[in-house]
Formats: sequence, C-alpha cells, structure tokens
Amino acid sequence: MSTTIMDLPEREYIHPGTRTCAGCGLPIAYRYILKALGPRTIMTHPACCLTILHGMYPKTPIAINAVNNTFASTAASASGLVAGLKATGQDFTVLAMAGDGGTFDMGIQALSGAAERETDFIYVCYDNEAYMNTGVQRSSATPTGAVTTTTPVIPKEQPKKDFIQIMEAHHPAYLATTCSSYPGDLYNKFLKAKEIKGTRFVHLAVPCPPGWGYATKDTVKVGRVAVEAGIVVLYEVEHGEFRLTGKSLSMARSGRKRPVDEYLKLQSRFKKMSPEQMEDFQRQTDQRWEELLKRAGL
Amino acid sequence: MGQTLILTGTQAAALAAKLCRVQVVAAYPITPQSKIPEVLSEYVERGELKAEFVRVESEHSALGVCISASIVGARVFTATAANGLAYMHEQLHWAAGARLPIVMPVTNRGLGAPWTILNDMQDTIAQRDTGWMQLYCMNNQEVLDQVILAYKIAEQLLIPVMVCFDGFRLSHTMMPVEIPSQEEVDAFLPPYQPAYRLDAEAPVNINPVVMTDPVPNGEGVKCPGYMGFRHRLQESFESSWPVIAEAAKSYAELCGRSYEDCLYRYKSEDADFLFLTMGSLSSEACEAVDLLRKEGIKAGVIGVRIYRPFPAGPLAQAVEAAKSIAVVEKAISYGYEGALATELKAALFSSNGHRPMLSNYIVGLGGKDVKPADLFEIAQKTIQDAASGSRQEHPLWVGYEV
Repeated sequence: MSTTIMDLPEREYIHPGTRTCAGCGLPIAYRYILKALGPRTIMTHPACCLTILHGMYPKTPIAINAVNNTFASTAASASGLVAGLKATGQDFTVLAMAGDGGTFDMGIQALSGAAERETDFIYVCYDNEAYMNTGVQRSSATPTGAVTTTTPVIPKEQPKKDFIQIMEAHHPAYLATTCSSYPGDLYNKFLKAKEIKGTRFVHLAVPCPPGWGYATKDTVKVGRVAVEAGIVVLYEVEHGEFRLTGKSLSMARSGRKRPVDEYLKLQSRFKKMSPEQMEDFQRQTDQRWEELLKRAGL
Repeated sequence: MGQTLILTGTQAAALAAKLCRVQVVAAYPITPQSKIPEVLSEYVERGELKAEFVRVESEHSALGVCISASIVGARVFTATAANGLAYMHEQLHWAAGARLPIVMPVTNRGLGAPWTILNDMQDTIAQRDTGWMQLYCMNNQEVLDQVILAYKIAEQLLIPVMVCFDGFRLSHTMMPVEIPSQEEVDAFLPPYQPAYRLDAEAPVNINPVVMTDPVPNGEGVKCPGYMGFRHRLQESFESSWPVIAEAAKSYAELCGRSYEDCLYRYKSEDADFLFLTMGSLSSEACEAVDLLRKEGIKAGVIGVRIYRPFPAGPLAQAVEAAKSIAVVEKAISYGYEGALATELKAALFSSNGHRPMLSNYIVGLGGKDVKPADLFEIAQKTIQDAASGSRQEHPLWVGYEV
C-alpha cells in the first residue's frame, strides 16, 4: 500500500501557529499521525517538546482531545484512558506520545508495564536523541560522539540504547520505525496501527535543528540522509513478521547506502567526533543494516 | 437494612469500593494494604463488580491510571501505604491540581529507611500539603463508612480524598462492621456525573501549561493564571464544611451512623485534661481516660477525624476549656514537633479563647505498641507540667527505650 499526497485527508488537526522551534521535525510527523488517526483520537503526553507544540492555556493549535501527564507516566496515563473509556462506554483511539527522555529513560517502567498488560493503545516515541525541551542534555538515546549540554567537553562515549529491541521483546501487536522526513511511510504505518488491537509501538526519528546543529531548512534532508545512510531503518513487525518499508526497502533492493559521514558532517553536534569514533559508527551501522537485511530475507 | 459482617480494615475498604460501584481500579500491592487489591480482583473476576482492574507495575502508575480514567469520567479507586504513597507524591499533586474526585484508602505505615512494615502516620501526614482531603478512621466501621462518604464529598467538591487507617491495628484486625445494602448506597451515591463529556468535535487540552498572568481566550475572556487555579482549590477547601456536613447528615439518615462532627469526642465536655489524637489511637486513649477518671482526674479525648481541611475552629472550641492537653502523635516533622501539635497551637492562637498548656508526645513509630499505661503516664506528666508551668522545649518521645 502506498499513499500519495492526493490520498491524504484534507482535514488538519494542527492549526497554524505552533510554538515549536523553527525547523522542528515533530510537527511534520504529528500532522500526518493525526490525519491517519482522525478526530476520534485522545492523546496523552508528558512535559516535552509536544507540550510546547500544544500551546499555552487557554489556547491550543491542536484539534483533538489531549491530556497532559507527569513525566514518568505517559503509558500509565494511556492505560487509564483505555480503562476509563471502556468503563464509561466511550470509543476513542488512545495515542500516547513522549520523547526519548520520556520513553528510553524515565518512562520505560510505565511503558513496559502497559505493553506487558497488552494495553490497547498506540505509543509513539519521538526520538530527537537528547533532552531537547530542557536544553539539549544527554539522554540514553544520544548517539556516541554527540556533544550535548551535559557532554560539552567530552562527547558522549556510550552507544545509543537499543530501545526498539527492548520494545520488540515485549512482543507488541505491532511495532514500526519511521521518520518525519517520510510522511507517506509514516501515514501508512499509523493507518495500519489504528486498525490493530493491542499495544502498538512506533519509534519516530525526528531531527532537531537547535539540538543537532544544522540549518532549519535542512530538517527533511537530515532525516533523509539518516535513512539513506542506514542509521535510521524504516521497518515494521506485525505478528512477529519483519518487513523493511519505504526507502529502506528500496535501498535493500538497490544495494545503495550512503556513508555515515555524510550524515555526521551535516550536524555540529558531531564536530568533536574522532576519526576512530566515526569508523566505529560506520561499522556499527553496517552491522545493524546487515542484520536487518537478513531478518528481511534480503 | 444491610447486615453485620466481621471484617478487617482492608476488607471493609474493598467492600466499600464495591458498594460505591467503582468503575476503574488500579493498585499495586504493599503491606499492609495488599488485601484491598486482592479482594477487589476477586470481586471483578467473579463478576460481582463491573470494573476495569488495571494491575499496574507501580504506585506511580496506579495513580497515573486513576488520574486519566477519572479525566474521561470514570469513578476510580486505588489504595496504598508508606513508600507506595511516597512514590505517588508527584501524582498526588497532579490529581488535586486536576480537580479529580479520586478516593484512596491508605493503610498507615512507617516509612523507610530503615525499613518497617508496621504502623505509624508519617506516610499520610507527610502528604498533607498535596491538596487532598484526609479522613482518619478509628475503627473498621469508620473505614467502610468514610470510603462511601469520601466519594460523595469528592465528587461534589472535585477534591481527591485519602481515607487513612492504621496499618495492622485496623487493616488486619477483625471487627464487626454494619454494611449498608447496595440499594441504600446507590440512593446515597448515584453514578458519577463528570462536569464535562469528551467530544471529538469540540476537543479540549487538559492540564496544559498555564501562564503566570491571566490570558484572554479566543472570545477575549480572561482565563485564570496559575495562581488563579491554585486559589480555586483552596477556596473549595475553605467552603467544603457545609458539603461535608450535608453528606454526613444524609448518610446518618441512611444508616444511623453520624459523621457530622469533624472531631471524635469522648468525655471531653467537662474535661480538665485532654488527649488530642488521630486514628485508632483515639480508642486507646479512651481506655486511659476511663483509668484516669477512676483516679478522679477529669480526662477526655478529642480525635481529629478530618485533618484536611483542618477543623481549626471546632478544634479550638473543643479544647479551650481544658487546663492541659497532651497531643499524642504517630508522626513528626523532624527538626520541630508533631504536625498536629503545631496546628493545634496555630488554631488556638487564631481563636480568642483560653489557651491550655500543651505537651507533645511522639509515640508508636514503626508499630511500637502504645499501652493504656503509657497514655496514663503521659496524662500525669502533662498535668504536672501544666501545674508547675514548665513548658516543653521539644516533643517527648515515649517508648523507644534504646
């Protein structure tokens, strides 16, 4: 199934005038997520970049019901929405969204619990690879070699936590990865997720101009290069069946993949990376790409 | 009329939740509360209670589930104790700030470190400033009745309520409890009617970021800033007494048990000496009072049943005729004294009445037994100190030995 721009619903759920930073990847993705899920959606989120997007009382640019919750409890809040709606006979799609801080780090307990309980909801981790809302501090999603405000002198030395594998180990009903630079891929995945019962987890890569250090006009480009270099791989796992999708699938077929330094050199956060770290990054990216190709049977 | 059953405090709390037809339960077990989620699980699995039971992975999530389920209009229930309550701390503020009528029994237990599973009141007293009402129970009948009352009050005022009762002393002790019939409870507590209904075509942003100063909405109407919301919560507390009294009155008409007085009083009217206590300690103090009366000492007990809102006026009035008071507490604000002692002083300072001599005693921490003889000695010391005019510099700790 492929969606063209002509197939997308015209109705908008994000009105003009959000408070996100210029060039933010999140509203691009959020726009298509909401188009796919439609008006009978209730979403919950912790204090994060999305809170900024949702605006300040008494105004909001968002035209779906939204609930704010505490940082560690996004998936618990979603569990409460699911239980409360069921108990009171209301029918809404429950969407939970949190950043890498609210997912990889502080939110992991509640999310693991909700997934283990097979809670009927969609959880989206939008991953911008650091605590961006509080000013670009290191998270467990920050890749090796990145300068952040809490790794200012010595860039992060540890690798990014493989959170997608952690979620896959929960055997959710549906798991997908996507990126804000590929609205078609993203839209299709949410359209599919909406129709599946049980826990659905989506890892959404979103470039961040102030946090990553690139010009605001380049958000789409940076996301595309991340995918074209195999750093972000687009795939889905449905009933345990693994499938590459979109650009990653065509890359697998063509055998063409960009070198990672094309991605790294676009961003000032990697300016202190040593040649050894860059080589290491290439090696790890290649290794993961090969493993995923094998899983896809390609 | 219903029947009389022999129940533990935890069974009484769970049965009360069932009688209130709670729609969502989320709880994580912790001693001595564990029986509450166990009993409720059984009700739900046997089909005796039509509710969604969310078996959460932590207390933080338990209240997180309740908050969101309450937001979409369900009557919700959870229960906890001690470190579980402390783990909920952030969510307690959130529930009160979001004005959600959540009811939560707490089986009072001491906090670590070092670990204790036994009773004191440090856990709930430490949460007094979170914006929850706090009701304290003297026996298991009060546990059942006050859970039912709590829903009635919470849903009118949009303030969450903790129903606090002593771990083990009540949670694990069997007592006769009169049970109102389901029809009686249904008549007293109709289904929860939330203030708004979710509408996909008229969406809302719930609990968003709020500015310091009021900001006009799309129609140009000024909407509250942060302090405006906080003030509304305080206003609801300040105007809560008639609502509490009315709920208690209609409950009394239903089953004959009256909770119209925010204080428990035992032989206090003519008393020269008073114990001021909370929870099951009040009934222990009654025994000591009987012993003291035999010795010719006009002693009495005032038990604080409602701690938040704080009944400053009725309390000052209730104690102002006494010559001396022993404030006996199972919690302490480290570096000062028991919170109830401080608050009694403030209440007396604000009233124009006679000011009795006060002594503060810290007892029963981590389950340490408080015997009538201990209370007898406390009374004697308080009366002597009052007679000699010697004021306490620090609270006196009773019973720690080493």
